[in-house]
Amino acid sequence: MHSSYVIRRLLQIIPLFLAVMVLIFVLVHLIPGDPVSAQLGDRATPDIVARANRELGLDKPLPVQFALFVNQTLHGNLGESINLKVPVMRLVAERLPVTLFLTTYAAVLGVLMAVPLAVLAAVRRNTWVDGLIRGAFQFGLSLPVFYVALQLLSLLGARLGWFPIGGYGEGFGGHLYALFLPALALGLNLAAILLRTLRSSVIEVLSAEYVEFARAKGLRTRVIMTRHVLRNAMIGTVTLLGLNIGALIGGAVITETVFAIPGVGRLMVDAIFGRDYPVVQGLTLVFAMLVSLVFLATDLLHARLDPRAEVA
Amino acid sequence: MMVMGTTQTTMTSPSSPLLSVRDLNVRIPTPGGELHAVRGVSFDVAPGEVLGLVGESGSGKSVTLRALLGLHRAPIKMSGEVHYGGANLLSMPDRALRSVRGGQISMIFQEPMTALNPVLSVGEQITENLREHRNLKGKAAQDRAAELLDLTGIPSPRARLADYPHQFSGGMRQRAMIAIALASEPKLLLADEPTTALDVTIQDQILRLLLKLVGELHMSVILVTHDLGVVAQTCDRVAVMYGGRLMETAGVGELFARPKHAYTHGLLGSLPGSGSHSSNHRRPLTPIPGGPPDLRALPQGCTFAPRCTYATGECRFSEPPLVEVAPGHASACLHHDRLSVLEVSV
Ligand SMILES: Nc1ncnc2c1ncn2[C@@H]1O[C@H](COP(=O)(O)OP(=O)(O)OP(=O)(O)O)[C@@H](O)[C@H]1O
Ligand SMILES: [Mg+2]
Repeated sequence: MHSSYVIRRLLQIIPLFLAVMVLIFVLVHLIPGDPVSAQLGDRATPDIVARANRELGLDKPLPVQFALFVNQTLHGNLGESINLKVPVMRLVAERLPVTLFLTTYAAVLGVLMAVPLAVLAAVRRNTWVDGLIRGAFQFGLSLPVFYVALQLLSLLGARLGWFPIGGYGEGFGGHLYALFLPALALGLNLAAILLRTLRSSVIEVLSAEYVEFARAKGLRTRVIMTRHVLRNAMIGTVTLLGLNIGALIGGAVITETVFAIPGVGRLMVDAIFGRDYPVVQGLTLVFAMLVSLVFLATDLLHARLDPRAEVA
Repeated sequence: MMVMGTTQTTMTSPSSPLLSVRDLNVRIPTPGGELHAVRGVSFDVAPGEVLGLVGESGSGKSVTLRALLGLHRAPIKMSGEVHYGGANLLSMPDRALRSVRGGQISMIFQEPMTALNPVLSVGEQITENLREHRNLKGKAAQDRAAELLDLTGIPSPRARLADYPHQFSGGMRQRAMIAIALASEPKLLLADEPTTALDVTIQDQILRLLLKLVGELHMSVILVTHDLGVVAQTCDRVAVMYGGRLMETAGVGELFARPKHAYTHGLLGSLPGSGSHSSNHRRPLTPIPGGPPDLRALPQGCTFAPRCTYATGECRFSEPPLVEVAPGHASACLHHDRLSVLEVSV
């Protein structure tokens, strides 16, 4: 992979980032209600409101406010939470690792389930094994993730007491344990999505002539499967994986609320209900940044897997 | 006259054959019924011999080659015997078969673009062979791979090892495939139309390279081709295939001079100068009026009879076996002695 390609892709993020900033700024100012009256309540006199507005810079013309916003952001300053009175950046630094941990955990579980099952289903295609795998995941996909999650919680968490029903745990092992059920629920859903595509690409690749050539070279089945088949089959699937990890990050808002996980998703919900604009703005930027980084990583992985991709 | 069967080996030199195929059958289930693609094929390949396998499209040449390495997978059924090194490859345990595949017997495919894995570098595709069959790893494998690319005439081979197939030209890809196939210095090479996918201008080059390397390594070859000119120039013996069966096998000079099967006769018949095998021109197989038989619903009797000008009632009654009609010359034609002598060979 050429570094020029990586740099080119990184540069493409800049205009995207700017567009997101404009969008956030406009949206925040379109939302009815203003943070100052929300905070100060009904008893605030116009005088007090005006002073608060001045302190927050909300009395300046919009373009000036936008310029200030961009300038601050570029300096890594996302402002200060109105409600919590701490820099948004500190909140992000505290909460983001939780969200990243859960997302990565879910993605890893999803891939670990999807890959071997897709290969098994493809190799045994149109047998009962294939039917069982496909049927089970098709059924799983038809159930909402949160239904599955709540069932897992109530059975493995509440009834059997094997797993905690909320929280984040202490240390790496503690996180793995505490987040297992939510990660499993999200991972199952991801696996179901990946399985279909992966199964059909494995089937397609299995009939490719280079697989026949690999067999004619006397390679062992495991080598053929991993080096020759999976690597090619993954090319189409990484894009789907990237899209869905992006969706997982966006979905953190709901996931973390349902599972009482203290990540940025949960923070976002609290900020929205508290009309904590700086936090909402900052987090939206963080989400946008994360999703574009995931897509960038996906593209780089894609180029890594498929040497022909760079040429295009 | 001797019937070609499982007990006698009739068609080759006295030295024991390298590969001996007996009553090979391949049946392919299809939605329209079972397709009997290879039907009772028997032949030998002597050490160092180049055997040409010719026949119209769909006659079963590729299916035969794949069956020799047991490459067909369920639901395709293979039966018969493929003797190599004292064992039957078709009833060998997987592990042992793997060491023969690519190690003792290599295969070259027709279309190098689709036969090379697009996501692995050419170097990786050579070294995985060396690792499997020569136990070469790391630097030693890299060195040998570069040497092999050099042997096949690829310039600055060491630098090209890191390239991917799409960065190679068509001719270079086929050279790379030859390098892969020869990596483990096998005893037998199965070459399925190794040059047809290439630009005409480089076909000769590649073929000559292949045969040069094969000669240097004292390998035997089964060369599948449509090109009678190529057969004449390169093969020691020829097997003519039609409708999944061998119709005729003979030494190359003998076959061109005195074809003993109406089908071969037809293929050669309308070629100007077809009697001499010294001609340097490429000769595609001559079209014979009519089409190949439907392998799912074979006619009774000789499969060529419907297109044959010599056919009699007897031909349509039962399928003639491949029998030795002259020393080292076998034919499955009832009228092998009635065929008019080709004009040009008189
Ligand atoms: N996987 C398969 N499924 C169904 N039919 C097949 C399959 N492989 C081969 N056949 C059929 O078997 C017959 C023999 O095919 P084969 O590829 O051996 O022909 P060939 O002599 O190599 O022809 P060509 O010169 O065109 O390469 C053809 O009728 C072909 O359609
Ligand atoms: Mg073929």
